[in-house]
Amino acid sequence: MLTYIVIAAIKSLVLIHVLLGAVAYTVWLERKVVGRIQNRWGPTRVGPFGLLQPIADGVKFILKEDLTPPYVYKPLFILAPFLAVVMALTSIAVIPLGGQLPLGRWSTGLQITSTADGTGDINIALLILLGVTSIAVYGIALAGWSSNNKYSLLGSLRASAQMISYELSLGLSLVGVLLLAGSLSLRKIVNTQSGGLVHWYIWPQLIGFFIYLVSAYAETNRIPFDLPEAETELVAGYHTEYSAMKFAMFFMAEYANMFTVACVATLLFFGGWSEPWPGLTPQSLPPLVKALAPLFWFALKVFVFIFVYIWVRGTLPRFRYDQLMAFGWKFLLPLAIANIIITSFIVAWQS
Amino acid sequence: MLHLILFFIFAAVCIAAAINLLAQSHPINSALSLIVVMGSLAVLYLLLGAEFVAAIQIIVYAGAVMVLFVFVIMLLNAGTEEHSGKSYVAWFIGIPSVIALAALVVYSLLLHQGQTGNASVSSNSMIGSVQEIAKLLFGKFLLPFEVTSVLILIAIMGAVVLAKRGDN
Repeated sequence: MLTYIVIAAIKSLVLIHVLLGAVAYTVWLERKVVGRIQNRWGPTRVGPFGLLQPIADGVKFILKEDLTPPYVYKPLFILAPFLAVVMALTSIAVIPLGGQLPLGRWSTGLQITSTADGTGDINIALLILLGVTSIAVYGIALAGWSSNNKYSLLGSLRASAQMISYELSLGLSLVGVLLLAGSLSLRKIVNTQSGGLVHWYIWPQLIGFFIYLVSAYAETNRIPFDLPEAETELVAGYHTEYSAMKFAMFFMAEYANMFTVACVATLLFFGGWSEPWPGLTPQSLPPLVKALAPLFWFALKVFVFIFVYIWVRGTLPRFRYDQLMAFGWKFLLPLAIANIIITSFIVAWQS
Repeated sequence: MLHLILFFIFAAVCIAAAINLLAQSHPINSALSLIVVMGSLAVLYLLLGAEFVAAIQIIVYAGAVMVLFVFVIMLLNAGTEEHSGKSYVAWFIGIPSVIALAALVVYSLLLHQGQTGNASVSSNSMIGSVQEIAKLLFGKFLLPFEVTSVLILIAIMGAVVLAKRGDN
């Protein structure tokens, strides 16, 4: 019991630091890639290729004055950014990153919530992910309301309505994969896709993946669905009144959510940590490196997804608000339901 | 042992949040307390082995229903309510009823102690699993389940009709 808690605590500590590091460098990557898309350089001054820019930004955020404007509702104004960042980091706990990690005499599962022997998983891991995502809206909603600023309030109203609407299609788009895999455990879903590219669920669930992709962009408030923080209409939306580290927390939450969404897409549609085709990892590698190879494949797939995120940001214009709602309710939701019905018919016919 | 400790912690959180829900004067604080109640109830379900019910409790109640509550409170910008403290109904009917109800619950629990006291759920039982619930919902309780769905659909359509009436 105690060893299990200690191991889980160590894993959480390592994973949260890796995630926060990845978040910092995703900001750098985004500035670089968007810069190149717009025929600019992006950050170049701090360190080689501007690689130290995230560290400089972090120092700046910590040293800046943390201003609390008058007339805000203080308890919730302080609580909101914490809520946003805690919810964004919680979801990483149930995500499996690979099979087993052998360390000398004993081995452990590459997942915070794996069972003690490292092979099992929680049965409802995916539902926990959806639950945490649905709670995450409170951070943004309360931030806007407690700021006592009309632009913040409008931003957070938009965010709540948008996230509730797209959560439905997001959840329903995953049902097709669940029907094919026959389980809610993320480990089992990945294991049913092993054996290379052709077994990935993206091929039978191409429509499901499309719905997931669009709803995921809307859930994380990213372009083309970033109406809650549309700078041409709402100053900066729900985080207008926030400064210094509290502002940085919303930033961190947004990018951590991007990672969660990318991880779920990788696990459900792209075969998780399995190789694109069997035997791609060289057999001559030392055992520890070979054990870490699944992590490499997982990270590569997540990176591709994040890159597409940034690419879309550099390419697409923003939706109008009524278009956003109509698209979610009148197009994505019926399409997701049709996808479920057709998939269940095929699954029932094959069994 | 850990189950018992967690049970008492989250039961205490649940009751504290429920009392806070009544004591707060601002609607948004009450709504947030209700979310804490929902969350701790979900943990209690989880401790009983009903993991699917726990997840649905979070997704539906804390994540969807309460978001709409908070949304409406924010949209209407509802202000602080005033406590008049003069409700005689509360003093002379409400409080005695609560005491009577609590006494009844305690009495029936004590009466049936033999049947309820040792009903523990081990962590590897399949009672609360998705498969078991699905078998019950689409097998034994198919008709009630479908009738409830139709009822909810009618309620949604009724809401749409009522909302659209103002336009004409």
